[in-house]
Amino acid sequence: MAEPLLGGMAQTAADRSEPILRCGNTNCGGCGMSIVHQFLGRAAGDRPVQLVIPTCCAIVAAGPFPWSSYGAPVVATTFASGASVATALAWAAKLNGEKTRVICFAGDGGTFDIGMATVSGAAERNEDILYLCYDNEIYGNTGGQRSSATPRGAATTTTPTGNELAKKDIVGIMAAHRIPYVATVSLAHPDDALRKMRDALDMEGFRFLHVLSPCPTGWKSEPGDGVELIRLAVKSGLYPIYEVFGGRRFVINVEPEMTPGALENYHAKQGRFRKAGIDLSRVREAIADEWDYLRARAAQGAARNA
Amino acid sequence: MSRELVSANHAAGWAVILAGRANRRGRGFGSGVYPITPQTECIELLCAHEIEKGQVVRVESEHSAMGVCIGFSTAGLRSFTASSSNGLAYMTENVFAAGYSRLPIVMMAVNRTVGPPWNIWADHGDTLALRDAGWIQFYCEDNQEVGDTTLLAFRLAEDKRVMLPAMVCQDAFILSHTMTPTEIPEQEAVDRFLPPLDLPHRIGAHPRVIGHLDMPHETEAHRAQHAEAMTSVEAVYSEIQESFESHFGRRPPDPIVPYRMEDAEIVLVTMGTTAATARRAVDAAREKGIRAGALRVRLFRPFPAAAIERALRGRRVGVVDRDCSPGSGGILWSEVCSAAPSATLIQNYMIGVGGGDIRPHHITRILDDLGARERAGTPVFMEIG
Repeated sequence: MAEPLLGGMAQTAADRSEPILRCGNTNCGGCGMSIVHQFLGRAAGDRPVQLVIPTCCAIVAAGPFPWSSYGAPVVATTFASGASVATALAWAAKLNGEKTRVICFAGDGGTFDIGMATVSGAAERNEDILYLCYDNEIYGNTGGQRSSATPRGAATTTTPTGNELAKKDIVGIMAAHRIPYVATVSLAHPDDALRKMRDALDMEGFRFLHVLSPCPTGWKSEPGDGVELIRLAVKSGLYPIYEVFGGRRFVINVEPEMTPGALENYHAKQGRFRKAGIDLSRVREAIADEWDYLRARAAQGAARNA
Repeated sequence: MSRELVSANHAAGWAVILAGRANRRGRGFGSGVYPITPQTECIELLCAHEIEKGQVVRVESEHSAMGVCIGFSTAGLRSFTASSSNGLAYMTENVFAAGYSRLPIVMMAVNRTVGPPWNIWADHGDTLALRDAGWIQFYCEDNQEVGDTTLLAFRLAEDKRVMLPAMVCQDAFILSHTMTPTEIPEQEAVDRFLPPLDLPHRIGAHPRVIGHLDMPHETEAHRAQHAEAMTSVEAVYSEIQESFESHFGRRPPDPIVPYRMEDAEIVLVTMGTTAATARRAVDAAREKGIRAGALRVRLFRPFPAAAIERALRGRRVGVVDRDCSPGSGGILWSEVCSAAPSATLIQNYMIGVGGGDIRPHHITRILDDLGARERAGTPVFMEIG
């Protein structure tokens, strides 16, 4: 897939008249979550939306009472309750004949870890929720501790010499619920990202989007490098961009170029990988293994459709 | 109005079905439910009946059950759940969230021992541990009271002067699984009694945040408003008692319920079903010429301190707790101590902890002990199981 230039995310006529995350919020410079909100605003347009945000940086971004950085109604919930509160908002809209789309906007801690049972429950019930997980691979709000989304080799404040465990396969877990739609989203591929967000907003039932989200403070990277880091993660095959329909039909959306040096660059540009002395040959093996699995699943899906 | 033979679980369940249907004229009814003994029959009844403009979500935990109720209530729907014991403990974070978000959710809680050790029998410790969660708390004595209180709790919780969640507590098995003839109201009467919920802070289309960060000076103000709303509960409840009586022909009991208190020298303070046993023991003592009386605390939050202070003036008091706060004593006792006139002799008896069957002769023993005391001692733990 040709990679379009970002060209900035300045407000256009197609965008929501009021941004979902307004200017003047307190997010760090280079925060991936801010970019996710810009994409989401463009994808949502002027659809009526309600956001449910469990404990994470995205709710800190709202600012303190009585202000709100959000240009949409938001319900802040306890850490593990995003999907349960969103369940009720979606039913409330349906019972009252309202067209509101309910978006649960959560970090990796609230999704991979403490909220896992709640997310699984809502997915299993196929609640009418768009669940978007922006994943910065750490507990960023509390200063950068390991979560089960932290990749092997990353130093965090609770794994100071590098995380020894592999990242949890959240997309595989969600696909196993056989929900209508699961997809990974690259912030370096806006056309693909916006298409997925629009599709997911239009669909009914539980939809899950996973967005790898750069965090300069946690990743120890330059704020201006965020989108480039995601581009490298995609090019190197480390972050596969694909979608899964009904838990069965796998479609690969971006073929990784496996560009020489991409993996090295991805790791070299982030301080979090420096301490552990990461063995990239081991990472390459894991990437190859993942792609073998994904290609096999995608081929099965294609064969069934043929 | 029909008279049915039902358990207290079903009395509460019917009240919720009727209250849920009554909000079809508003934004509807929503509930998140999860089973736990001895509450399960209540949510089973709820799941077996259609509620127009209503949805019951069968969730994967108590924590999510309250999460779903929080969502429904935030969206302006009438909301209810039921739980007990360890289920309440697991739900606790969201019980606080509902309380401090001022969401008028009603919860029926069956009082059961919190484990370990695993024990399904009556003990008030589970809901008393939630006394500071910002909820109204009632403790009931019989099935009719459980049903009626569940129904009126919606009106009380949803009153604009109150806007607080309410917990209706009842004793495990003694009430939850015991069937007695109980009046179940007609839908039309409930529709007249219970106006549609109009939540002032409900989420809609306007950009705003419900439940976000709060600086210390704002939180102080919010907590003070919450405490003030609690102080209005007794006056609003008094109005609701009148209204309930005019709609259904019976008056729900007062926040405190005295028995043979007029000339009583020694008084036992109880909660829940222990009150019925205490009345028997008081009658027996009166036959022996002992001027005994009893006082049941029905409303625990807000604590009716002024009424209790008046009722206990000049008496010798025994507080009978079906709970134990290790390192302190009975929880009701410490609350009564804070309300009673100074220099009152107040002795604490913890009895039936873990569900032991409290019988009249146990209460008679307490009365004898209390009658013989010159001064109060440390809390007494009575083993009766």
